Amino acid sequence: MNTGDLSTLLVWAAATAFTIALIAYTVDLARLADNAQRREGADADAAGAAAVQDRANVPATAGVGAGAGSSARVSSPLSGSATGGGSVSAVAGSAAEAAPGRSPRAEGIARSTTYLGSALLFVAIVLRGVAAGRWPTANMYEFTLVGVFVATTVLAIVQRRRVIAFLGVVVMGIAVTALVVALESFFVRADAVRPALQNYWLVLHVGVAIIATGIFTVAFATAVLQVLRHGRETGRSHLDHPWKSADGLRQAFSGLAVTGPRFRWLEQVPDARRLEALSFRLNAVAFVLWTLTLIGGAIWAEDAWGRYWNWDSKEVGTFVAWVVYAGYLHARTTRGWSGRKAAYFVFVGYACVLANFTVVNLVLPGLHSYAF
Amino acid sequence: MTAYRPDGLEDTFATAGSDADTSDATDPAHGDATGTARAGSVTPGPRAAGERDTTAAQLPSLGFVGWARWAWRQLTSMRVALLLLMLLAVAAVPGTMFPQNSQDPAKVAEYLVDHPTLGPWLDRLGFFDVYSSIWFSAIYLMLFISLVGCILPRARAHLGALRGRPPRTPRRLTRFPARADATSDATPEQVVLAARDAMRRGPAWLPFVRSYRVDVHDEGQGTWSVSAERGYLRETGNLVFHLALVGLLVSIAAGQMLHYRGQAIILQGRGMANAVKEYDTFEKGTAFREDSLQPFTVRLDDFTARFDEETLEPRDFAAYVTVTDPDGTPHAETIKVNHPLERDGGKIYLQGNGYAPELTVRDGSGEVAFAGAVPFLPQDEVYTSRGVVKVPDVSDDQPQIGLVGYLLPTAVEVADGLFRSVHPQPDSPLLVLSVWSGNLGLDTGVPQNAYQLDESRMEQAVDDSGKAITLYLRPGETVELPDGLGSVTFGDVSRYVALDLRHDPALTYVLVFSLAAFAGLAASLFAPRRRLWIRATPTAGAGTSEGRPAPDGQPAPDGQPAPDGKPAADGQHASAGEQCAGEHGARDHGAREHGAREQGADGAGPSQGSTVVTAAGLARGDDVGLQPELERVLVAALAAADRVQHTSGPKPHGADRAPDAQRVTDEEKA
Ligand code: HEM
Repeated sequence: MNTGDLSTLLVWAAATAFTIALIAYTVDLARLADNAQRREGADADAAGAAAVQDRANVPATAGVGAGAGSSARVSSPLSGSATGGGSVSAVAGSAAEAAPGRSPRAEGIARSTTYLGSALLFVAIVLRGVAAGRWPTANMYEFTLVGVFVATTVLAIVQRRRVIAFLGVVVMGIAVTALVVALESFFVRADAVRPALQNYWLVLHVGVAIIATGIFTVAFATAVLQVLRHGRETGRSHLDHPWKSADGLRQAFSGLAVTGPRFRWLEQVPDARRLEALSFRLNAVAFVLWTLTLIGGAIWAEDAWGRYWNWDSKEVGTFVAWVVYAGYLHARTTRGWSGRKAAYFVFVGYACVLANFTVVNLVLPGLHSYAF
Repeated sequence: MTAYRPDGLEDTFATAGSDADTSDATDPAHGDATGTARAGSVTPGPRAAGERDTTAAQLPSLGFVGWARWAWRQLTSMRVALLLLMLLAVAAVPGTMFPQNSQDPAKVAEYLVDHPTLGPWLDRLGFFDVYSSIWFSAIYLMLFISLVGCILPRARAHLGALRGRPPRTPRRLTRFPARADATSDATPEQVVLAARDAMRRGPAWLPFVRSYRVDVHDEGQGTWSVSAERGYLRETGNLVFHLALVGLLVSIAAGQMLHYRGQAIILQGRGMANAVKEYDTFEKGTAFREDSLQPFTVRLDDFTARFDEETLEPRDFAAYVTVTDPDGTPHAETIKVNHPLERDGGKIYLQGNGYAPELTVRDGSGEVAFAGAVPFLPQDEVYTSRGVVKVPDVSDDQPQIGLVGYLLPTAVEVADGLFRSVHPQPDSPLLVLSVWSGNLGLDTGVPQNAYQLDESRMEQAVDDSGKAITLYLRPGETVELPDGLGSVTFGDVSRYVALDLRHDPALTYVLVFSLAAFAGLAASLFAPRRRLWIRATPTAGAGTSEGRPAPDGQPAPDGQPAPDGKPAADGQHASAGEQCAGEHGARDHGAREHGAREQGADGAGPSQGSTVVTAAGLARGDDVGLQPELERVLVAALAAADRVQHTSGPKPHGADRAPDAQRVTDEEKA
């Protein structure tokens, strides 16, 4: 077996590990939902109180000593935005932390298989590079591997202190799908590249684009959760009110309303504001990287094709995604558009990023098609 | 500091801190008070026109000016900026769905043929030139007008803010997202001065760069406070980013006007001069002047190509050229894909390559009517190349000759009389030609495509059964042309390259503005913008070292119970009970000196916890680091204040300082 085959084998192994992680996250989420539903029957009042309390942001307190003669007692009532932090888990005292019903075993398995899968994938990527004798970001197969690796790594970082099962389910779902599609349809033999790709920009431009995509993925999952949680918090769902037409359809789906018992577990995830903050931070980092991708792409195009911008379909796709995310950043600060509505921009933006990777490469003609 | 803000911008930070002395200014819900007021004075434009509410002050704003101002407000509002951004994104999409003239005119022509009804309409609406269409340009121009209208006033306001001072400490510090309280037995003044120093210090890894701009206030009755602000870089970054986008647009437009681009095919061993007429195609901006071309020459000495033996994918192309300066100095240079050759600010790119069979055509009377290498255009990965030979200069009375066909670099016979190329290298070249005779139409005045034969006045040579005649030639062979037209000789195969020379004087600016936009963006997204306030108040009954009478409780006119007293006691327990592990540096130090003082001063210092310290922080947007930073500053300030108090506090024992210090260093050594 040569290095290239070993790499492929490791990708399969990583996909397997991620599948187990996906299952474990799903079990965790189901357990959460189950217990939440059961408790609802038992003590609806208490749980309701917990929800209210969660929304009201119970003050987080922490003692800080400062020399023998002084002491600081630090209290931060709105610490949601302040200490909600790089890890959502750092929030002390919220109802979420206290809520029972999560499955520590499932979480343990999910966490360790996430680490394992990422490690296997990392080795697979390195071996792939060795086999091809170049940086491994030159075709769709390799993009997918690296993108999935970034997404799962960011997931692991976000979850390092507290597992948010839902994020795990969404990100792992995307990761497993992407890996299998890559192995089944995008696979090409590890090989050197044509002259137009022989440039250090292959590392910078493409590498940065993939890292950004990986981060956008986790941010997207967070935004989905944010919107669900927001619906739960405000107690509003489109499925609660009669639809003018197709009300039968509505009734068929009414069990899926975020306000319904099935979504009780939503009360145990961090509140919508905190999720928004997390999604924003991830999106901000990814957006800056995406900007670098655009600039790097233009510099490379200037070298390779003699024009820095040619409205090639890939360039247009990248540009459109960039503009949508710029719209997102504007929406966040625009009165009446922040919060849930801004999250819709993330959905559109992420759809653009994915379409730019799939549709543009596979369907539309353009100078970039040889990347496939 | 009344910063300009575009209509619709939600910005708690700007409002909350600006007039913090009114207690409710800290409430985000009131944040838009100024915004609405301003908007209110303008709204009359469209609405008031037909209404009776025409006060004297509004009269002049009626009519055209009022409308214009209203429209301007709308255009520069955040909501419209958002709308235009989304429109821009949507409008860019059709360019990927329909072929574009700027990229592939042949595809557009094909589309027009395939869609005879829809095509012309799309053409009229600009769908084949999306990125230069009226609607696309209108969107981005509006966006940029909006941007300028939004950013310039903001820049002016920001310049003012840069010269301003941090907002004064609000009376109540309870409503801020980050809060902390503490007690200290240093005096309020000592605590506040220590806090000022702690905030003035830069980050640990860059201690000379001040992070905060700090103001100390003596609020009377023994109360001191300090207000601090940092992160002007955030707004600066935002402005740099947006202004750089304007710069980028202007430089791109300038480049469009000044640039030129020429394409030429050069055969091996031949050369060309950098002059408009020497290029096969030449495209230029409206402001281009022909005399700006430097008259250097380029000669193609050699060309090499390398392919992967298995996939036949190209691996390397290199053109070895000699560039001769206008003064006659020759330079040997290499041009590769991704490595253009720079000449006088312009660049020469290797855009393509191919084979040119060397052909000699003799006419019916045996005269050489044509001799030379003819570039054939590669059509696929194995360089199956198509070309046309036009022979107009035949002897009198003979028909002109046109030869059309393919060159197969490595020909393999796959079926009887059917050849295919299997490799891009010229290992076994074969020329397959069909023969036409008649009038080439070169003198009709209509410019002709060199790679296309105008067949309208020509006739194809056929055999007796009416089948088109095909000639097969290997290098070195000569074949008779049918119908006594003469003969054709295939000499050898030589290479050619397609070079692309481009000059865009605005390129540097495009790059600089892009990088400025990038840096500005990073600063505006990652530089924290924070305000911190710390207030130190003497506790009721506790003496201060200056012997100032302690005021009765807190200056809390809003009737809020003073936060001292109990928290102070709490604090004592907290500090004794839960020693925060993160801060040993500062605390150890303080504790050690504390011990030293107790020996020297013999416990004569003021009673513990004589000063109540409250602190609050506010940040722009979400800021994870705000609360930790507030705590860090407070802890550092308290430790430093303790130190100051203990070493310089009890004046009569000042003489002990030297031995104390001695002891401390001894301890540190141990
Ligand atoms: C070419 C069009 C534009 C692009 C690509 C763009 C992009 C961006 C980006 C990426 C940000 C995020 C940076 C940050 O949060 O500080 C931003 C912020 C901002 N933009 Fe724009 N922008 C454009 C036009 C405009 C226009 C027309 C306006 C005015 C109406 C505007 C006003 C603002 C403001 C006020 C912010 C700061 C929001 C905040 O305070 O956080 N921008 N813009």
